[in-house]
Amino acid sequence: MIKFLIKGLLRDKSRSRLPIMVVAIGVTLTVFMHAYITGFMGDTIEMNARFTTGHAKVMTRAYAEDASLLPNDLALMQIEELLDSLRSLYPDMSWSPRIQFGGLIDVPDSAGETRSQGTAIGWGLELIANQDELNRLDLQKALRSGHLPRKSGDALLSNSFAGKLGIAPGDEFTLISSTMNGGMAMYNFRLSGTVHFGVEIMDRGSIIADLKDVQLALEMENAAGEITGFSNTGFYDNNQAEKLSDSFNSKFKTDDEFSPVMLSLSQQGNMGQYVQMSEVWSAYVSLIFIFAMSLVLWNAGLLGGLRRYGEVGIRLAMGESKGHVYRSMIAESVFIGIAGSVTGTAAGLGFAWLLQTYGLDISGMMQGASLMMPTIIKARITPTDFYIGFFPGVISTVIGTLLSGIGIYRRQTAKLFKELEA
Amino acid sequence: METQTIISVKEMYKRFPMGKTEFTALENLNLDFAQGEFTGLIGPSGSGKTTLLNILGSLDVPTLGEANVLGKSIGKLNTHEAAMLRRESLGFIFQSYNLLAVHTVFENVEFPLLLLKIPSQERRKMVQEALEWVGLSDKIRSKPPQLSGGQCQRVAIARAMVKKPKLVLADEPTANLDAANSHHILKTMLTLNQELKTTFIFATHDEKVISYLNRKIYLLDGRVDKDEVVTHNK
Repeated sequence: MIKFLIKGLLRDKSRSRLPIMVVAIGVTLTVFMHAYITGFMGDTIEMNARFTTGHAKVMTRAYAEDASLLPNDLALMQIEELLDSLRSLYPDMSWSPRIQFGGLIDVPDSAGETRSQGTAIGWGLELIANQDELNRLDLQKALRSGHLPRKSGDALLSNSFAGKLGIAPGDEFTLISSTMNGGMAMYNFRLSGTVHFGVEIMDRGSIIADLKDVQLALEMENAAGEITGFSNTGFYDNNQAEKLSDSFNSKFKTDDEFSPVMLSLSQQGNMGQYVQMSEVWSAYVSLIFIFAMSLVLWNAGLLGGLRRYGEVGIRLAMGESKGHVYRSMIAESVFIGIAGSVTGTAAGLGFAWLLQTYGLDISGMMQGASLMMPTIIKARITPTDFYIGFFPGVISTVIGTLLSGIGIYRRQTAKLFKELEA
Repeated sequence: METQTIISVKEMYKRFPMGKTEFTALENLNLDFAQGEFTGLIGPSGSGKTTLLNILGSLDVPTLGEANVLGKSIGKLNTHEAAMLRRESLGFIFQSYNLLAVHTVFENVEFPLLLLKIPSQERRKMVQEALEWVGLSDKIRSKPPQLSGGQCQRVAIARAMVKKPKLVLADEPTANLDAANSHHILKTMLTLNQELKTTFIFATHDEKVISYLNRKIYLLDGRVDKDEVVTHNK
């Protein structure tokens, strides 16, 4: 009997292949959408993490209180020792010291007189000692002219800013700022290249130089405004980051305003709200989409069941019991749901993987944006994507069949026959 | 020779709800059917012949009165018992054949035997025998869409007869067939009736079918208008 039913299922395309395809398409969309939303929301967080907050950041307690003012006079001291501790205590994270600063860029003419000037926000990053920060900020891709800093004294300017200043790679300019101790800082840089990130606030007027040069310029030897930490998984995990900061703070935080304190990404500025919002929105969008797909697949199951009332009539006439017919229809829908969900999940993960790996460049649409948002949309595959499609795929399909099958019980057998004869 | 009564209908009514009122499809029916009859329920549309056939086939239940089929009171059977009665003792032949299109001729005829859990080898033998009765042994692997209307109805007859039921109920079995095919399948059914002593009850208004019957029950507005026994040899 089971063999007979399986034969029927496999041979009748409208009973097997078509419903499996419908379920697979629905599940593919569900899985892909979930990975896309997770990726998009996560990318915005990751972008903020890469440029400003890190997944976690260590500062002095005093610096943390006024972090938006970039108070380098309250910077961390003896960072080499602190970095050693961080690297040994938290090997799952990658730690990089950074100095953020503000200043004036002065471009001299051939006589040494000021030719042009502009205010800039600056980043002192480890650019020469290792490749981590280069990769993290994707500087090679952001490079528009010249080359990345190779030696001491090299610096990058944002492309449009360099244009406004009338400066080209190879030209020299002076950074005028204040030292850690409150004195005036003047330091000559050579423009090695210009960069464009596609993010307005990064491209408006920025200077990026090697940490050692900035330490020299701002008299911050073995000091840094902050030490940013990035999870080696490449993705921000709020729970993990908060556990990490709690662990660090319980070890290092004291009443001293210069004691180091660690803040997770969500504990910095408005990022907490954004992380919470992105989690809620991801859940909402996913739920709405799953609900919509559930309705579609529920209907598919319902119609599939109703369409078979004729066949049900024949089987009942031959003496099959209503319960057996009903159970066999449910078993079929479970098979269809599972087959469609497996196929759809595989396809959805495939598409999501492509978007995760290659991304979709939307920089053309992001010109002039002042928000720090990614210009390349990427999906992010999470463990949830491996099972989320089964909710609409199996459950909705089976519910549709369960509901349509109720008609077998509620209708008089003779009425099923009339539908059979119709 | 005394024949055994296998169906007994006494003071039977069938009413269907129709909005706030009721429509009486069968009214105060009293009928007996003996084993081996080749009987027709004859009447125009709406006379109640299909309703009566449905009740005799345990697909429906009487509203009032008694319908006793093969010793079972139809009104008192639960759905499982009704299914068992159909599975073990009844065969159905429909106007539009109602074969399972994705299954082969063999599988369609085999289906009632699967429900009876008959072992594979015996099943094969029984299906082959049934297909021989209807002259379709060479179409064993064909599927219904590959057959003509007459061939499809012969498969349906084989499916109804394969388990050698005591009673076969046929609702307008020739309605979709031309004259030649109609006579062919009627002769087949008559032969099976005579050889296997299977009782056939038809719902029909087709003159070709009527000409083969040995008992004609005329229904009009849900009542028996005339009940006549015919003696002839086709």
